Amino acid sequence: MSLLEIESLRIEFPGEEDEQLVAVKGVDLAVEQGEVVGLVGESGSGKSLTCRAVMRMVPEPGAISAGQVRFDGEDVLALGTSKLRDFRAHSVGMIYQNPFGSLNPTMRVGSQIAETLKVNKGMKRDAAKKEALALLDRVGIEDPEHRYRAYPHELSGGMCQRVMIAISTASSPRLMLADEPTTALDVTTQAQILKLLAKMRAEEGMAMLLVSHDFGVVAQACDRVAVMYGGHIVETGPAETIYHEPEHPYTRALLNSVPELDSAGNVQRRAALAGHPPELAEVIPGCVFAPRCEHAKQDCAEVAMKLEPVGPDHASACPVRPYANAGARSVDKGQRVEA
Amino acid sequence: MSAATVDAGTVARSRRRGIWTRLKRWPTTVKVGVGIIGVLALAALFAPLLAPYGPNEIDPFSLLSSPSGQHLFGTDDTGRDVFSRALYALRLDIVLALLVTYVPLPFAVIVGALAGYLGGWVDTIVSRLADVFIAFPFIVLVIAVVAIVGPGVEGFLIGVPLAAWALYARLARAEMLVVREQPYMLATTALGFSKTRAIFKHGLPNVLRPCLVYSTIDLIGNLILLAGLSYLGFGVQPPTAELGGIIADGQGYLLTAWWIATLPGLVLVLFGVGVGLIGEGISDRGLERGGR
Repeated sequence: MSLLEIESLRIEFPGEEDEQLVAVKGVDLAVEQGEVVGLVGESGSGKSLTCRAVMRMVPEPGAISAGQVRFDGEDVLALGTSKLRDFRAHSVGMIYQNPFGSLNPTMRVGSQIAETLKVNKGMKRDAAKKEALALLDRVGIEDPEHRYRAYPHELSGGMCQRVMIAISTASSPRLMLADEPTTALDVTTQAQILKLLAKMRAEEGMAMLLVSHDFGVVAQACDRVAVMYGGHIVETGPAETIYHEPEHPYTRALLNSVPELDSAGNVQRRAALAGHPPELAEVIPGCVFAPRCEHAKQDCAEVAMKLEPVGPDHASACPVRPYANAGARSVDKGQRVEA
Repeated sequence: MSAATVDAGTVARSRRRGIWTRLKRWPTTVKVGVGIIGVLALAALFAPLLAPYGPNEIDPFSLLSSPSGQHLFGTDDTGRDVFSRALYALRLDIVLALLVTYVPLPFAVIVGALAGYLGGWVDTIVSRLADVFIAFPFIVLVIAVVAIVGPGVEGFLIGVPLAAWALYARLARAEMLVVREQPYMLATTALGFSKTRAIFKHGLPNVLRPCLVYSTIDLIGNLILLAGLSYLGFGVQPPTAELGGIIADGQGYLLTAWWIATLPGLVLVLFGVGVGLIGEGISDRGLERGGR
């Protein structure tokens, strides 16, 4: 049994005149104990919503209209109010894209960590303070005694994110939901935060669902990757496989659009994907990616968007399989990759 | 853990120095404002010690005498010392204005914040009710209450909060609508905190600042309103010394004894300027922080 199982999850928003806008259209996803799963896709692909659905925190007026979310075998969508609060407090942690906004600007950061410990772990004041200092130290904040008294605006973005990680791991959750945790940070800090998350995972055996639009981040941090497009998961597999032998045309296009530097430091021109992701109100019959796909055939309008196994632990929703025997995508430095 | 064992004395010392540097970093407007209000507040507080005469003490041998060493602000038509009366009046005015401004404020802010956070029917009720109170012209509403309760301090004490809560509630509601979408408010849900904790511990402190800034302007408004009501005869009743009352008394002598109305009037102006400067300074700092 997986730690987290999402089954045919659908998230809808009410549109104009009784019409329902479907943002997430039947997503299946599983996260094993201690596993790091990346959820990749463009803006609006439904990746953040899927992530928030795990906590039952889909922003109103959106709602989960069908599907199941099970954590450790327990149906999250059926939890009562107090059980749900307990689940949020102890089982799952969450960190966000905007580290400045994630902390209360009117409270000292130390008090915010201590508050979580007091409320969620029932610690006494002194014990909570001691533990909060230890947590600050563990997430790599220098001079914790001093930083304990700091307000969020006195810290850098990277430090705020570290504090956020300290808060969300305070009650040793078994799953961390990381919604674009490094997007607002510069590349150096990004690497440090990813390293920190990897360390937490190694020490605590914590599983993680990492949402990102950045394949670099995902390739660096994840065991397994699920690629989302237009509310569907279009491909899933081990990070290595997805990175080197992507099956779905969308995944390949996404990977090929990542700029890489050659050895002389020149940016290689990359084939940007033409067109734009589907609007929420757009209903595309068959494969949602077909309108932008260079391998689209007539039958693609009748594809069921179902993940079919294409290799060991590797599934794709494209029945055309244009890259079935293309072999590894070449990613050697300094060489132009096939367009 | 080596970094955690910082000498506790160092931390305390740097903290104390922090307060002083912060005081020094205050904008000039706030420094001047605090200076003015400080002097006026001290004068009001120690009115019985500072005032050379009682507020209603009559000196029958110097009616309408001009300002001099003996009577700093001169005397009025019954021979009362205007300076002493102004001091006692300031004392009363400040207390009453503070009461009507800051007693209803917490309630109004909480009601508004709840409406903003919870939405739904709570929001509908609070917002519509606030609309009703805002739709009435403020002074007319206060005078109407005075008309019901009868002239005197009670009318002012009841009427102003009754009308003023709506503005604070609306302000707090609008702020809360912004604040509740902030990631740190989402985080309270994700951490499994109760709604009560989310609203009172994390929402309210962030909603309070604009309300406090507005309250400084409101405080001047209320002080002037009290003076105005007394001037019209609806407020503090004679012979109790009240700035508006003194001005009203002196109005008839404006050409022959200008000091009776003018000097207490200037005290009122000075108070207004002081509070205004502080308010402006706070809102500037608010912008500065918000900009980060």
